[in-house]
Amino acid sequence: MSDLKQDLLVARDLTRYYEVSRGFLKGQATVKALNGVSFSLQAKRTLAVVGESGCGKSTLARQLTMIEPATSGTLDIDGVDVAKASHATLKTMRSKVQMVFQNPYASLNPRKTIVDTLDEPMMINTALSKAERREKIDAMVAKVGLRPEHVRRYPHMFSGGQRQRIAIARAMILNPKIVVADEPVSALDVSIQAQILNLFMDLQDEFNTGYVFISHNLSVVEHVADDLMVMYLGSTVEYGSKASIYAKPLHPYTQALMSATPAIREEDRRLKIKITGELPSPLNPPSGCTFHKRCPYVVDRCKSEVPMLRQVDDRLVACHRAEEVNV
Amino acid sequence: MSLLKIKNLRVEFGSKAHPFPAVDGLDFEIERGELVGIVGESGSGKSVTMMALMGLIDAPGRVTADELVFDGHDLLKLSASQRRKIVGKDISMIFQDALTSLNPAYTVGFQIKESLKVHMGLRGSALDKRALELLELVEIPDAKSRLNAYPHQLSGGMNQRVMIAVAIACNPKLLIADEPTTALDVTIQAQIMDLLERLQKEHNMGLIMITHDLAVVAEMAKRICVMYAGQVVEEAPVAQLFRTPHHPYTQALLDAIPEHNKGAKRLSALAGIVPGHYDRPKGCLLSPRCRYVQDRCRIERPQLLGEAGRVRCFFPLNAEGSSHV
Repeated sequence: MSDLKQDLLVARDLTRYYEVSRGFLKGQATVKALNGVSFSLQAKRTLAVVGESGCGKSTLARQLTMIEPATSGTLDIDGVDVAKASHATLKTMRSKVQMVFQNPYASLNPRKTIVDTLDEPMMINTALSKAERREKIDAMVAKVGLRPEHVRRYPHMFSGGQRQRIAIARAMILNPKIVVADEPVSALDVSIQAQILNLFMDLQDEFNTGYVFISHNLSVVEHVADDLMVMYLGSTVEYGSKASIYAKPLHPYTQALMSATPAIREEDRRLKIKITGELPSPLNPPSGCTFHKRCPYVVDRCKSEVPMLRQVDDRLVACHRAEEVNV
Repeated sequence: MSLLKIKNLRVEFGSKAHPFPAVDGLDFEIERGELVGIVGESGSGKSVTMMALMGLIDAPGRVTADELVFDGHDLLKLSASQRRKIVGKDISMIFQDALTSLNPAYTVGFQIKESLKVHMGLRGSALDKRALELLELVEIPDAKSRLNAYPHQLSGGMNQRVMIAVAIACNPKLLIADEPTTALDVTIQAQIMDLLERLQKEHNMGLIMITHDLAVVAEMAKRICVMYAGQVVEEAPVAQLFRTPHHPYTQALLDAIPEHNKGAKRLSALAGIVPGHYDRPKGCLLSPRCRYVQDRCRIERPQLLGEAGRVRCFFPLNAEGSSHV
C-alpha cells in the first residue's frame, strides 16, 4: 500500500502477547492478542480495521497510541522506531497520535468543563500562553460545530453526539498526524452518526490527518475508508484497498462478514453465507487456520497448516484456497 | 381481530403541571403471525411503548390509552395479578443486553424453568425435558451441560439465545424484541435474526422488532412503523417505505445511512437533535429540523392519516421525494 507519499505509520509483524493466569496452581497461559500484523498509513488517508469483538482491534489501538510496548515487531511512527525511542522522544511522539473512543459518556471527565478538557493537552505538550491556548480552544470548538458558550459547560449537559464532538476536538487540538478512532460512531443514532462522520471527513481535509478507523460496521467503513484491513483472532486475514475488497472479497471470513451485514436495498444484499459457531477463545486457538472451524470451504490442509498472508490479485489474503473459492 | 390493538397511548413522566409525554398518542396494531418493525432514534419512545404494554412503567410514570386490547383482554381493566398471568406467558419480551437481563446468581436452566413452573405448572422430569428442548430449539450446542452454566460462563450470543429460550418458553402469542442484536457482532447478529425469524414462523407468533438500525428490519419485517419523539410518523409496508418514504423524517433517516450515499464524500445529515422536555415545538414535532417546513407546520400538529401507508405530515412527500408545495 505504500506509494510515493511518505508513510506516517508503518507496522511490521507487530505482535502483542498477554500472560494470563488460568487459576490457582494451573500456571500461566499466553493470549496472542495481536499476532504479527503489518500495515502502513499515509497522511490524509483512512485505514479501516474491521473485525468482531476479540479480534485484536483494541490491542492494536493500544499499540498505535504507545500505551503498551509491543512483544515483538516494529512500529515506526512518522519515521521514528517506537521501540528504540527514548522517553523524551516518546513523549513528543505521543502528542502526534491521538485517540477518539467509542463511548463519549465514559471518555470525558465529568468534573471538568469543556475548556478545561481541551486545555489540558496543550498545557502539557505546548509552551503556549493562556491567551493563545484559549484562542485555539475557541477556534476548535467552532470547527467541531459547538457554540462558544458551550465551553463553560460540563459533559453531562450535552447529548451523545455533542460529547463525541468534544472528544474529537480534544483529539484534534494538538494537531496530531494520526487519529486512532475506536468505534467512534457505534454509540450514536443514525442521524447523529452521519453528522459525526461528516465532521471526521471535514477535519481530515483541513488538517491532512491520517485516520485509523476501527469499526465493526461495514457500511460505515465503506463510506470512510481508503484502505481496509480485516482481522480475525489477532491476525490479518485480508488487507487491501477498500474499493477492491468491497467489489470482490476474497477471504471467506470477509465474505461472511459482508453477507451478514443487513442491507436496505435488495440490490445491495449479498448471497448469504452462513457461518456457524462463534469466535474461538484466543487462549486456545484452533490449529492451522484460525478460521477453519467456521469456514464453509474448509479442507484438511486448513486444519494443519497456518496460511500466510500473500498477494492475490491486488491485495493480501491469508487463505490457502483464496483463488479456488472465488472463481 | 388483531392480536394487539393500541389506540391513543400516552405515557407521561414528570409533574402533572409540566408533564413530559414520552409516548404521545400512539396507535398500533399487530396480527397473529405478523412481523412488524418499529424504528426510531433514542428518545423516540419505542421502548417506553413496549414497557407500558408489559405494565413495567412505575410511578411517577402515567399510562393512559383509549384502547389497549391484547387477544380480547382489555389490559387497562385487568388487575395486577390477572395481568401477570398474561405477561411473561402470552406476551414476552427480549431485551438488548442479555448479560444484564439474566440473573447472574442463577443457572440458565433455573431461569428457563422459572416461567415454566409459574405459568405452565410443570414439575419434575417434564420440566427438565422442556427446558432441554428449549435450549435445543434456540440452537445452543451441548445443551444438556449448558443448563447448569451461569450467564457469565456463556458468550453474548449464547446469553441472547438463552433469553430467547426464556421468552418463548410458554409459547407466547406475541414476542417483543427490543434491540435484540445491538450488542452483538454482525455474524452473530445474522444468526440470532435467522433464529427469531424461524421461531416466529414455526410458532405463528406476532413479533415486534424494535431497532434503530433500518437495515436489520428491512430484510425481515413486512410492515414498519417509524417513530419520532413519541409519535408514529409513518407506517407502511417495507418495500413502499424504503422506495418512496412519504414523511420527511423517514426520508432524512434513509439519506443519513452510508449505504444511500455511495460515492458521495459527505453524508446528508439531519441537523439538530430530537426535542427534549423543554424544547418541544408547538406544531409538528419535526418542524424545527424539517427541510420542507411551512408556516402551518409550526402552529398545528398533523395527524397520522392514510390508507395503504399512514403518514403524520401536512405536506407528505410524493414519489419523487419532494414536498407538494
